[in-house]
Amino acid sequence: MRPVFRKLSAMLSVTLLLILTGCSNEKYLVLDPKGPIASAQKDLILITVAICTAIAIPVFIITAVIVWRYRERPNSKASYKPNWEHSTKLELTWWGIPIIAIIILAIVTVNYTYKLEPSTAIQSDKEPIEIQVTSLDWKWLFTYPEQGVATINYVQMPVDTPVRFKLTSDMAMNSFWIPSLGGQLYTMSGMAMTLHLLADEEGSYYGSGANFTGEHFAQMTFTANVTSQEEFDAWVKDVKSTEAALTEEDVVKLKEKGTHEVAQFSSFPDNVFYDIMMQYVEEGEKGAHAHHVTTSEDAEASEHQHH
Amino acid sequence: MFETIKEFASEFFVTGDPMILGAQVSIALAMVAIVFVLTYFKKWRWLWSEWLTSVDHKKIGIMYIICSILMLFRGGVDALLMRVQLAAPELEFLHADHYNQIFTTHGVIMILFMAMPLMFGLFNIIVPLQIGARDVAFPFLNSFSFWMFFAGAMLFNLSFVIGGSPDAGWLAYPPLSELTGSPGVGQDFYIWGIQISGVGSLASGINFVVTILKMRAPGMKLMKMPMFSWSVLASSVTIMFAFPILTVTLFLLFLDRYVGAHFFTVDAGGNPMMYLNLIWMWGHPEVYIVVLPAFGIFSEVVATFSKKKIFGYKSMVFALMSISFFSFFTWAHHFFTMGSGANVNAFFAVTTMIIAIPTGVKVFNWLFTMYRGKLSFPTPMMWAVAFIPCFVVGGMTGVMLSVAPADFQFHNSYFLIAHFHQVLIGGVVFGYFAGLYYWWPKMFGFKLHEGLGKWAFWFWNIGFYVCFMPQYALGLMGMTRRFNEYNFDMGWQPLNVVSTIGAFLMGIAFIFQVWQIAHSIRFMKKENTGDNWGQGRTLEWSIPSPAPFYNFARTPKVVAQDDWWEKQQRRERGEADPAEVIAADNAPLEPIHMPKNSGIPIIMSGFWFIAGFGFVWDWTWMVVLGLVGVAVSMLARSFNYNDDYYVQADEIERIEAAAARGAN
Repeated sequence: MRPVFRKLSAMLSVTLLLILTGCSNEKYLVLDPKGPIASAQKDLILITVAICTAIAIPVFIITAVIVWRYRERPNSKASYKPNWEHSTKLELTWWGIPIIAIIILAIVTVNYTYKLEPSTAIQSDKEPIEIQVTSLDWKWLFTYPEQGVATINYVQMPVDTPVRFKLTSDMAMNSFWIPSLGGQLYTMSGMAMTLHLLADEEGSYYGSGANFTGEHFAQMTFTANVTSQEEFDAWVKDVKSTEAALTEEDVVKLKEKGTHEVAQFSSFPDNVFYDIMMQYVEEGEKGAHAHHVTTSEDAEASEHQHH
Repeated sequence: MFETIKEFASEFFVTGDPMILGAQVSIALAMVAIVFVLTYFKKWRWLWSEWLTSVDHKKIGIMYIICSILMLFRGGVDALLMRVQLAAPELEFLHADHYNQIFTTHGVIMILFMAMPLMFGLFNIIVPLQIGARDVAFPFLNSFSFWMFFAGAMLFNLSFVIGGSPDAGWLAYPPLSELTGSPGVGQDFYIWGIQISGVGSLASGINFVVTILKMRAPGMKLMKMPMFSWSVLASSVTIMFAFPILTVTLFLLFLDRYVGAHFFTVDAGGNPMMYLNLIWMWGHPEVYIVVLPAFGIFSEVVATFSKKKIFGYKSMVFALMSISFFSFFTWAHHFFTMGSGANVNAFFAVTTMIIAIPTGVKVFNWLFTMYRGKLSFPTPMMWAVAFIPCFVVGGMTGVMLSVAPADFQFHNSYFLIAHFHQVLIGGVVFGYFAGLYYWWPKMFGFKLHEGLGKWAFWFWNIGFYVCFMPQYALGLMGMTRRFNEYNFDMGWQPLNVVSTIGAFLMGIAFIFQVWQIAHSIRFMKKENTGDNWGQGRTLEWSIPSPAPFYNFARTPKVVAQDDWWEKQQRRERGEADPAEVIAADNAPLEPIHMPKNSGIPIIMSGFWFIAGFGFVWDWTWMVVLGLVGVAVSMLARSFNYNDDYYVQADEIERIEAAAARGAN
């Protein structure tokens, strides 16, 4: 037998090295968090890696030792017990080890699942701002109800301020993901999902549509630009004074299949987000999505309960 | 007139792409060549009466395996095309629409038309031999299952040259897969290709459950049954419960597309999210359906080449059955990011983790089967040993993905892609290769060339790690699955190049395997023994290789878990067999009741193919023609009472004597 395990363990350590060096490498977006959500998710990832490696490494060693020691060769001193097939003590041990590991992991996971539930507001001194996100084929429309501006394939947000992203989709299901700030959430037509994120560092972050939506889905990347509150306010003012308005006709065009350049608009039609969300819901219908349909007032009401 | 034909043809055939044109031409040439060879060598009758109409489980199994290797080739070419496209940023090798078709067909083909038939092939060839049966419980249904699979697979593959391939992803999420998102016929080929072959899979599942429960040789209590047969039972039970869900789901999607229903549309009260739930209620058990038999194969291979009993038999059985059970309670982990709330996510995170427990126990039991054994390393054992570390890493990343809040960062990224390829290649493909190499001499009477097999092994293994380890890293870099291109600034290129190199190493490995098979057919010596590895443990090694068409001349009497091995041990020790075994071995030969070959399965599946093709193109006359044909075939079967015969004792004696002469 050739030393297959040495090769494998070498490869594993290279991988691990890649991941670990990645922590200092800004290319590994998930491991280089720029906000509390991504940061907690990274902690969780490291906890699971630790638990898993604590089991996996001994397994690799045991495998290598057994394969080496018990290989058939002349004058082998290793014992050979062809009928040894049961040992209650040993079997209890390895039912026990994974059970304990999984119990620990399950407790951690359940805990974090409630803590990181995307619709839960983030604790902060600052009032959250709302940004409405609509995935269309194949572009992202961002509308800022409080600022009255709109952007395409680009999102601007102030640093250290919780952002309440409201997510919907015009047609196919997509997934809104800014890895540096936190995990993704699906955008689905007929629903307004809530994803809370916060950036605690200024910078430009990569964002993408993580769920396949057809032909030019790969073009649905965008930049999340995080600046100071002053710069954000200045940006809003600038957009309002220099850019054109997003009209109803523009919205109709946006719904057509196609890609779009980065763009900014000084205003947008009232309620465009909820109109797109509700477009397929007939009057008075209590569809399957009814419980997901929340207006911004409802959202604010639930907001207060969390505080 | 001519114009209409031209217009029709341009819509009917996929045109305008030089690569597809090349494929069309080569498919046409290959078909002409096959027809020519069969006619020239006057082999049509032989093909029809020996193979196409055969109800012999061994021949059906071999046909499954041939199809599966062809599909592995096609799915593999798809994979290589994708890897070429991703090797450089903003490459113009494949256009977006073409790329989308390729990853869709890659996924469907690899799971449903490569892994499933390879699995059914091994089920077919080995299970009856391993449990001491003369065939499966329903041989006619078995043949029907194979031909339904074949018809479905051909219908799906036809979309490549006629009409256009599906391009909505391998599970075809609506609303993208609805008429609004995918107006072309590709999606209809998807629905009907899978529907038709799905019927075959369900029937096979039922067939093997009944075979295993009812057809075991006397004395083989369930708890004395070989581990592979146990794993087949676990997998088949899972098929029985999972495949009806797939059929119903795709039927509802069909109703949406064909008659304008609104089950999964976004308008008129439809709910696309229901589709995600339903398809994964099948989809998650499906991955266990294909991996459980691989576990069974490892148990056989590891025990055989350790010359030792499987360790913790009862634990192993319990683990298999509990994995099968829990596989039905984890489906929502495929969409933690749907926003179902913390309660739902916590539940499914925990159920998913629970599966890691029995799986982990199995790994320990394999390790302790080798412990205090005498390990030899022919190719099947090499695959089994390579599987362990690979699957442990795959399982580990699976546990990482099951942690719901962390999954929000892994979901739909290359981390996920790397994970499921690691469990599907490292678990399923490595497992089935181990099984194929292990049982090959039982199928054909000669072994596969070891040297070439080792080359293939190393290329596969090194290629696998080179290809998929970088993808874990790419996922953490934020690279999303199904991107056909990416921006240079992301810094994704170096690792993508490495990954592409790995994919080509696996491509080279496949060429080694084809070479190995061709070389072995030509040069490997026919072995005159039934126990080709010299240390077989179970009943299949007690009869000649390849097995005579009736399998066992006399019904064996089973007294031990590893019955054949124990028998050999008794001989070595000079002990006599128990009286009941002696009686069974020396019983006078009796006529054997056998099923007759039948052309109805292939004809009926052909009509299903026609009906499916009619549904795809919305040609009612063709649908009616196909379904009438199906109904007539069923009637023909119902009123055919001449479907069995007896092999007489003197003929059995002749065949057995010939096999024994060969052995001397």
